[in-house]
Amino acid sequence: MELIKAGTKIDFLRYAKGAYLFSALLILLGIIAFWYRGGLNYGVDFAGGTIVHVKFSQQTDAASIRAVVSQTDISDITVQDFGQNGDEFLIRIPKSETGAENFSNRIRQSLTDGYGPEAFDVQRVESVGPKVGRDLRRKGILAVVFATFMMGGYIAFRFEPRFGVGAGVALIHDVLVTTTVLLVADIEFDLTVVAALLTVIGYSVNDTVIVCDRVRENMRKLRRETMRTIINRSINETLSRTVITTGTVLMVILALFFLGGSVIHAFALVLLVGMTVGTYSSIYVASPVVLLWEKGATRQ
Amino acid sequence: MPQGLRYRILLIVALTLWGSLYLIPSFSPALPGWWPSFLPSHQIRLGLDLRGGTYLLLTVDLEKAVENSLDQYAEEFRRALSEAEAGIVDIRREGNTLRFSATSASDRTTVREILADRFPILEPRISAGSSSDIVVDLDSRQVEALQQYAVDQSLETIRNRIDQFGVAEPVIQRQGERDILVQLPGIQDPERAKELIGRTAVLEFKLVAEEGSTRETETLNGQDRDPLSGEPIRTTYTLEKQTLLSGDGIADARVRPSVDIEGPYVELILNNRGAETFEEVTGANVGRRLAIVLDNTVYSAPVIRDRIGGGHASITGGFDLKEARDLAIVLRAGALPAPVTIAEERTVGPSLGRDSIEQGTMSFIIGGVLVVVFMVVYYNLAGLLADLALALNILLLLAALAMFDATLTLPGIAGIVLTVGMAVDANVLINERMREEVRLGKGARAAVDSGYERALPAIFDSNITTFLSGLILFQFGSGPIKGFAVTLCIGIMSTVFTTVFCTRAVYDYFLARRRLNALSV
Repeated sequence: MELIKAGTKIDFLRYAKGAYLFSALLILLGIIAFWYRGGLNYGVDFAGGTIVHVKFSQQTDAASIRAVVSQTDISDITVQDFGQNGDEFLIRIPKSETGAENFSNRIRQSLTDGYGPEAFDVQRVESVGPKVGRDLRRKGILAVVFATFMMGGYIAFRFEPRFGVGAGVALIHDVLVTTTVLLVADIEFDLTVVAALLTVIGYSVNDTVIVCDRVRENMRKLRRETMRTIINRSINETLSRTVITTGTVLMVILALFFLGGSVIHAFALVLLVGMTVGTYSSIYVASPVVLLWEKGATRQ
Repeated sequence: MPQGLRYRILLIVALTLWGSLYLIPSFSPALPGWWPSFLPSHQIRLGLDLRGGTYLLLTVDLEKAVENSLDQYAEEFRRALSEAEAGIVDIRREGNTLRFSATSASDRTTVREILADRFPILEPRISAGSSSDIVVDLDSRQVEALQQYAVDQSLETIRNRIDQFGVAEPVIQRQGERDILVQLPGIQDPERAKELIGRTAVLEFKLVAEEGSTRETETLNGQDRDPLSGEPIRTTYTLEKQTLLSGDGIADARVRPSVDIEGPYVELILNNRGAETFEEVTGANVGRRLAIVLDNTVYSAPVIRDRIGGGHASITGGFDLKEARDLAIVLRAGALPAPVTIAEERTVGPSLGRDSIEQGTMSFIIGGVLVVVFMVVYYNLAGLLADLALALNILLLLAALAMFDATLTLPGIAGIVLTVGMAVDANVLINERMREEVRLGKGARAAVDSGYERALPAIFDSNITTFLSGLILFQFGSGPIKGFAVTLCIGIMSTVFTTVFCTRAVYDYFLARRRLNALSV
């Protein structure tokens, strides 16, 4: 069986300008969303605070839960629908448990008073103090930044500096575009999302490495051709692999997304978006950057 | 058969056996009786997110720990002063310093003598403000030593409490300067455990102040309940500041069943020193009220009717059986040297853990089956070989997790998913290359040779970059991210081994036997 016929010759780079515009628009959208939402929507991992994840035996809605838990006199409680069935909710309090202020117990008590002890089950409690939250945030950002630089550096070392730059730009692009989707969909930014983002970075660099590897090989084989031709040819030659790999990985992620349960949902969504963006970027961001670099070099 | 190939196949078979041995305990409900003890027997450890349980990060209040020890010094000093029959010396703690104020010069000399004699750790300074004061403080090394001791002591106390509460396989360890990490797997009542661990449990016996007394006093809240409704009533007690007997004097604490409407109570059995002090104190203060204070709350203040010997005392307070039991545990395990606060808490109820495992495994299997079927359909026999390599890959990865006693968490499962993706990718790369070579009209051996040779750089580069990011995640990540990094790094090693080394050995085997004339790719 063959999905991409051998000898495919699509002039990918012809659409490079359109792709730049598309990427730029996406990132612009991200900046607008960032400004509009007033920054990233940090989960309790990074912002500190408490969440109580409750599953009810029957469907209910956020408003009625809010009415019940407001009996506790805890200020700024938010209730948010979680999962797809209308029976799971996240109750979030911007302050963390300290032991003295036992929020989860008070929430549990108010729910027992309002719904009866059998009607709900506390599935999860997470509480992060402000200091730990700051620490996690710092570590998370450092991890993403270091991973990006390290991989860009490795590629620059293994290939040529321009490939490293191309891969680096592609990685930053992927993180920005995926974050845009998080912002637009108003998904909370927490440790799981950071883990997903790092997975995306890993995949994206993997894709970029494979295209770059082919470019390097073809540069040796086809010394007379222009860089543009070589890159186009390399993308075409690796297209079959790109489609098959991305396709199989997306199969697993789609299974996780639809069947993996509420906890893994956000993770799977980030992967779903990120993988797609990562594949796109290795064709339309990494290679054109290499080409631009080349143009700049010949002009001098 | 070429010489090297034999060893390669041997290695693969050996590793497969090794992996299976490590995984049998995790997947069989009970080990058979004949399973020798030298074979691995522990199962893959599941993280709290998968099995349910509570994770707590507790921060010890170090400043308070130093203040508490200074308070204790002051208390001991007061005793020493009264033994020396000195005049009135006012002792006050101001932050991390103790200030002794005495009007007469002889008292000041006594203070200095006692300091030099019994408290060599305290360094006296002449106070600049007034000549009647002696100020002592601790230098930074002593402060640090006290703080370290406080954290170690807290850890020990918390461990004792958890042991007595009864939790299977708890993890209690120090983290960083002032934090203590506690993991309680499979716990049913996290709220109760939290209360038990976080309680300071400082027990003190103090006299209720008489009117017109000249001694230092303090006012504390009581915890009385209305005898009819059981509702708490706000009461306050004015007590003499001096602690007559503290938690150190306790040898044991037991729950006693209810004798009247008060409910069960906790009986204290005092150690020798405690019993002696208690007898002395009660003998000297017949007719006065003795308050039993726990964490600055007065539980009861009975009137002393007679000198009490025998070393028994009791705490009543309208407890239910659970509360009485927990109180007995914290009193037996001892007080925390300083208050602890919960810096981070993650609790996963057992039902969510079960759901996560079921749904995670289910979606993973469905995704996996899709991929496996697709590979066979798309690459025929080469696809089947890739699938076998994938199965061995997961087997080795899980076996390595079992061997290193690593913990499998939800993000860890995500790491396995990523590994599967990388593994499929490696075989796709190899197969695509072989197809290209076959298209160029090469024979089976040449196609295998150059297919692998050409695919290798890309496979290595992409796996090394991912491995690098895995190392960074391990370094910077915490909790869930670390679990992800561990599976990712192990997974990459098993991926390179299975997708490149193992599949190549199979091709070489068939090529050597001349059974392979055309590639099925």
